[in-house]
Amino acid sequence: MSALRITVDPVACAAYGYCAEILPEAISLDEWGYPIINDRPLPAELIALAKRAARDCPKRAITLRERRSG
Amino acid sequence: MNSTYLWYTTRASGIVSLILLTLTMVLGLTTTSRARSRNWPGFAQQEIHRRISILAVVFLAIHVLTSILDIYVHIGWFAIVVPFTSPYSRFWVGLGTIALDLTVAVFVSSLLRAHLKPGTWRGIHWLAYASWPVALAHTFGMGTDSREHWVIALGALCVLSVGLALVWRLRASAKRRAPLSIETSHEDPLTRRVTTATVRGDRDDA
Amino acid sequence: MTHSASPAPPRGDVHQLLGHPSDLRGHLEAHGPLNVALYRNSSWEQSLVTSIEASGLAGRGGGAFPTSIKLALARRAGSGGTVVVNAMESEPASDKDKLLLTRAPHLVLDGAQYLAVLCGADRIAVCIPIGRDAVAAAVGHAMAERAAHRYARVREEIVRPPDRFVAGEESALANWFDSGLSLPVFRPDKGTPLRIARRPALVHNTETLAHVALIARHGPGPFRGRGMTEEPGTCLVTISGAVAHPGVVEVDRGTPLSDIARLSQPVEPVQALLVGGYGGMWVGPEHFDTPYASITLRTIGAAAGVGVIVVLGESSCGLAESARIARYLADQSSGQCGPCVYGLPAIADELALLARGQGNGDSVARLHRRLREVNGRGACRHPDGAVSLARSALAVFATDIAAHGRGEPCSHWRKLTTLRFPRPIGS
Repeated sequence: MSALRITVDPVACAAYGYCAEILPEAISLDEWGYPIINDRPLPAELIALAKRAARDCPKRAITLRERRSG
Repeated sequence: MNSTYLWYTTRASGIVSLILLTLTMVLGLTTTSRARSRNWPGFAQQEIHRRISILAVVFLAIHVLTSILDIYVHIGWFAIVVPFTSPYSRFWVGLGTIALDLTVAVFVSSLLRAHLKPGTWRGIHWLAYASWPVALAHTFGMGTDSREHWVIALGALCVLSVGLALVWRLRASAKRRAPLSIETSHEDPLTRRVTTATVRGDRDDA
Repeated sequence: MTHSASPAPPRGDVHQLLGHPSDLRGHLEAHGPLNVALYRNSSWEQSLVTSIEASGLAGRGGGAFPTSIKLALARRAGSGGTVVVNAMESEPASDKDKLLLTRAPHLVLDGAQYLAVLCGADRIAVCIPIGRDAVAAAVGHAMAERAAHRYARVREEIVRPPDRFVAGEESALANWFDSGLSLPVFRPDKGTPLRIARRPALVHNTETLAHVALIARHGPGPFRGRGMTEEPGTCLVTISGAVAHPGVVEVDRGTPLSDIARLSQPVEPVQALLVGGYGGMWVGPEHFDTPYASITLRTIGAAAGVGVIVVLGESSCGLAESARIARYLADQSSGQCGPCVYGLPAIADELALLARGQGNGDSVARLHRRLREVNGRGACRHPDGAVSLARSALAVFATDIAAHGRGEPCSHWRKLTTLRFPRPIGS
């Protein structure tokens, strides 16, 4: 099964927090406002939201990559 | 089309688009991450900023279209793209043209944001800082309704809100940058020895 | 820099880094000529690649990554690049690279030459931090000797990046060449090679290159003849702390930690050993006989890291020393990633409170949570090192934490540190 993995570029990230707003099921914020990615495989219905999060990050810090199963 | 109705539409849509542009500015200026509380829905705010800007552009389009179609005064297609070429009220219409050009640039660049380098998009978006005051000057310089009390009050309200938002934004940026980009001195709580370190900060929201 | 006794000159068929002549003539007498093929000679190249692969050499800069794989990636990336000799040694407790460059510079430079020829690189850059002028002078002298005898095949030069902890990180070093800023770069896919000026860059630790030079000259046999089958060869370890003879020793890979520590003669009963550097891990007495190698250390949750062992004597407070190290690591953040910039100082503060007996009931739980959250969320491994240090301190010095919490801090927490920290740093 090809699932998506959400990756945050920690250098680019400036703690806007939009990603956690859009996709709270997979992204939460630490006490300083930086994203913690839940590494569980992303269910299909959330993929569109994940793409939204990647597109709307003001710093383009989020990328989606194919998760290699195994 | 009846020139009087066109004229009313031009004036009304002009004022509405000024209000909407002001709202857009305020929503855009108050978008920073660190100065906000964690529970503030920043993404929702950004979405509203975008949608109101679309509304503003729609009303702006109505304003421009009706002003050209109105044959009572002659402005012409050319003058809405090239500033200061309108036979009617050359200077003030010219300002309107400048504001229109800048607004279109900001709008189109945002539609194409994914295809632009972040620096390019950001640079063009800064033109908004220029287009809004020019639009304001155009509104009051054209003179048609600008002596009405309620219009003056509206204008003052617009200036006040953008002014406050700007002040808020500048203070938020300063607060954000301060702890990260200066040399900090730290005393070891255990040995009382002082070490200095520079932590580099470059996060720029402006 | 601590001084290390010079071991007896090695026999020809035994792999050993220390004890070789440091001048060019002595070097040639001991090892023979450089013997790099004048033109690209594929059978010579292939046999050298095979030797390196057969030797099982892994990086000695902390990553322990198989050298042959790194080499294969670099060769595939094309020619015209740079071989970077990483002599930054930003780990304060480590001296091995400085020592190697002053005592056996030709070994290191030869290793770089071999790899440069294999990759088609056209330049070798030795990175020595600003301020380490004695080392730079020694290397400069060796390079002058080589130039006088037209010895080097590939152009060699010295460069001086800033002296900061993260400046020695691979991607930060490559970034410095291009931008002048020693900032680590986010590399989610470690398989893509580093680049300098868009050409491939092969970055290797000083010691790794010295091993390469000996393997190239004498074949993989002597290297494999030492150490363990799974992790062959020797490695240099800097021992410091509560010992009579701090310094750099060369040991077989897989030597038990306690045997290594004993070489420097601890002056009092040993409470704990810090293994792998300031971003490494504390090891308690129950694990003192663990062999010093990546695979064995992994079973106790540690990594070999850089060859460093700090001996913590009974009369020191482990918590206090850990708090100092955590504060140092926090100050050394490059300031790019939120979890590191904010998390590391928070961790350091919490450890300091625990050391002073001012922590409350939640302190340990809070610290564990922060460590879990900060781990792995930076662009480089710097925060992970701080996490590893703090976590191991919480485990090894657990009884101390309890005692300090009850208002009985050991009298030793105020004692001057036995650890080494650089002078206060400017920008």
